[in-house]
Amino acid sequence: MFFKQQAGLHLILKMSTKQGVKTLGDMKVNRRSFMKGTAVAAAGVAAPSFFTRNAWGADFVNNPGDAKSVTFGFNVPQTGAYADEGADELRAYKLAVKHLNGEGDGGMLNTMKPLSLKGNGVLGKKIEFVTGDTQTKSDAARSSAKRMIEKDGALMITGGSSSGVAIAVQNLCQEAGVIFMAGLTHSNDTTGKDKKRYGFRHFFNAYMSGAALGPVLKEEMGTDRRAYHLTADYTWGWTQEESIKNTTEALGWTTVNTVKTPVGAGDFSQYITPVLNSGADVLILNHYGKDMINSLTQAVQFGLRDKQVNGKQFEIIVPLFSRLMAQGAGDNIKGILGSTNWNWALQDAGSQAFVKSFGQEYGFPPSQAAHTCYVQALLYANACEMAGSFYPPEVIKALEGFEFDGMGNGKTLYRAEDHQCFKDVLVVRGNQNPSSQFDLLEIVKEVPAEQVTYDPAIFGGELGPYKA
Amino acid sequence: MQMKDNILVAIFAAVILTMPIWAGAVGAGYPDLLQKFAIFGLFAIGFNILFGFTGYLSFGHAAFLGVGSYTAMWSFKLLSMNALPAVILATLLSGIFAAAIGFVALRRSGIYFSILTLAFAQMCYNLAYSVLTPVTMGETGLTLAADDPRIFGGAGVEAGGALPSPDFFGLSLSGYNGFYFAAIILVIGFYISVRLYRSSFGLMLLAVKSNQNRMNYTGLNTKPYLLSAFVISGMYAGLAGALMVVIDPLAGAERMQWTASGEVVLMTILGGVGTLLGPFIGAVTIKYFENIFSAFNDAVLNQIFDFLPDFIQVIWVPFASLFVGKGWHLTLGVLFMLVVIFLPGGAMEGFRLLKEKLFKKNEDAAETAKAGGTE
Repeated sequence: MFFKQQAGLHLILKMSTKQGVKTLGDMKVNRRSFMKGTAVAAAGVAAPSFFTRNAWGADFVNNPGDAKSVTFGFNVPQTGAYADEGADELRAYKLAVKHLNGEGDGGMLNTMKPLSLKGNGVLGKKIEFVTGDTQTKSDAARSSAKRMIEKDGALMITGGSSSGVAIAVQNLCQEAGVIFMAGLTHSNDTTGKDKKRYGFRHFFNAYMSGAALGPVLKEEMGTDRRAYHLTADYTWGWTQEESIKNTTEALGWTTVNTVKTPVGAGDFSQYITPVLNSGADVLILNHYGKDMINSLTQAVQFGLRDKQVNGKQFEIIVPLFSRLMAQGAGDNIKGILGSTNWNWALQDAGSQAFVKSFGQEYGFPPSQAAHTCYVQALLYANACEMAGSFYPPEVIKALEGFEFDGMGNGKTLYRAEDHQCFKDVLVVRGNQNPSSQFDLLEIVKEVPAEQVTYDPAIFGGELGPYKA
Repeated sequence: MQMKDNILVAIFAAVILTMPIWAGAVGAGYPDLLQKFAIFGLFAIGFNILFGFTGYLSFGHAAFLGVGSYTAMWSFKLLSMNALPAVILATLLSGIFAAAIGFVALRRSGIYFSILTLAFAQMCYNLAYSVLTPVTMGETGLTLAADDPRIFGGAGVEAGGALPSPDFFGLSLSGYNGFYFAAIILVIGFYISVRLYRSSFGLMLLAVKSNQNRMNYTGLNTKPYLLSAFVISGMYAGLAGALMVVIDPLAGAERMQWTASGEVVLMTILGGVGTLLGPFIGAVTIKYFENIFSAFNDAVLNQIFDFLPDFIQVIWVPFASLFVGKGWHLTLGVLFMLVVIFLPGGAMEGFRLLKEKLFKKNEDAAETAKAGGTE
């Protein structure tokens, strides 16, 4: 294979030589060199084994037909601000493939209910995978998803660690007619304004974070607070700010100011200084990943947490938390409230099974990003098995309204109207006395799914047709 | 001379348009990558008109790429899904944009010019990223929406319907159609660049490159020529940006970042500055690396090196994996260093040396044969 490629490369180089020679203008183009070029082109025609065009001829994109295996596309950030999350997602996907193919200890396949999978791949076909780097950029993510669909024959695309990327790839998958199982994306838009028939999200969203945090905030900080928002300037930040603002204002809080900060700003001091004199007594950081680590660290360095404003202790809230971020923020995270989709310390059978097999494989507990990605891969495979086919409209119908249990977060519903999962949400606090380097989040409250469920109509959007 | 150029363009066109057939042999035969070859090839050829012909190194060409993308996107949203108005408007607007930036930046030359263009591009990027978000949608990127008020060709989409996709008078531009559309524009762009190179205007640009002072002393004002070259190459960039959107209707601010400007400089240097074909070859090389090498993972490597004895494979595969996957930049860096050190003229110089070597041998052989004959 490699040698063939090498040989092909050589041919191209040779051909370019011919052209290159001509550009320099000091050699006559003779008939021979022209003929040679043509011969090379003809040699290309004679290599049909690499011809991928016929992939489009099937009744649906990348129909595996009689093939012995199917290919999943894992599109995660391997470089850039969210690379840590991406690396953990990839680990989870590899574990999921292992379990689906019947290797390893089976993980959540032992606890998932109802289960159609038999542990021999999907519909008797072995699962293979290809990977790609989204670079946390919409352009790069789409191009790598396209490569997986057009070249590698991926039947399903999954992954992503940013809502901007998730929405961009979801749009692409809708156009291509390939199912997209979103990874870590928290913006309301992913299953709201920008929802798509071919896109599914297991992760929770900003609205649910707000709904879960509300009662806890009321209990801990009262109803008379003045909040100041710093918000990452893209779809996720905007919707999270909106949701948290709505929740806190319903409690009776006032919003002093909302300031948008560019993603990846690094230095947030120019945004934090005005907070000191604004009369606010709560700072809400709608930041994620390295941005959150930086802004929180700087806010603490500015002494915000030691301040008394309006006769109250100054508080910082980080609505979306993850263990990987807590690791980065170190001591600064202690005592800070936030919400999270899942935590490895959960005691239910599904979470335990997953943490056990992940720990055995890699030697440390999984993050919430790993959890949601692992579950998404299993859910897709299970839906194919339920539908008895890989035909996307059938698989979509199997996923829509699917109710399951035993995958962490308790009983979960994949709502048909917007392809959003509804499940318990965790309110967490940075652990004051961590017992290990992974024990960084203390679960304050498991908010039941009913409390965070909302009417799908509030965000608008259209799923679009089943047949792409 | 013109005949020779025409043959060159014809062969170029033939090679480009048959790409879907032969590129499969190197694992590049899929629409997305071929489209990239064509689009970035066009971008680099246009960049070469400025950098290669006049020697003015612009570090801000990605700004025009972005302007082209956003213009084309708004043309889809407001006018029509037809690619033609999008492409034309994008080219024109990026030309106007280039005229404005060029007017200021060209007051200086050398490193100062490069820094000025870099500053302008970075300004544009920041504007698109966090200031002009109503126009550009910032980080999220500008996409088609169901409620776009399109003047021609049906405004909005009926509830539950699919979003429209760009077309060329009814011809869908997804997959290979999109490639052919971009490829034809690339060939036209290449032809224009060849004609420019051979024209007296092109000669003037080359003269600026070799000695601008002397030009000035003869009483000739070089500014208009430089500005024209800047605008033309900005228009090429805008056109390439528009094509990106035609093929994939999403415009993000990151394509205006300075890394994107740097990439086109790398492409041009890698292929050969000032040559006609070099920039295209550089673009293809970089995009090939980015898409093919970055997709290799350990499993693929193990498959490739399966023929090696196990104990070598165990050592070799982890080592090789440093240079593929997310480490593809490393490979590119090594390649770039090798080219700059040993072939400062880029790939085209390599070809020239190769040719000289081959022909010299032939000539030597012929001479000895002749000598032998006369004796």
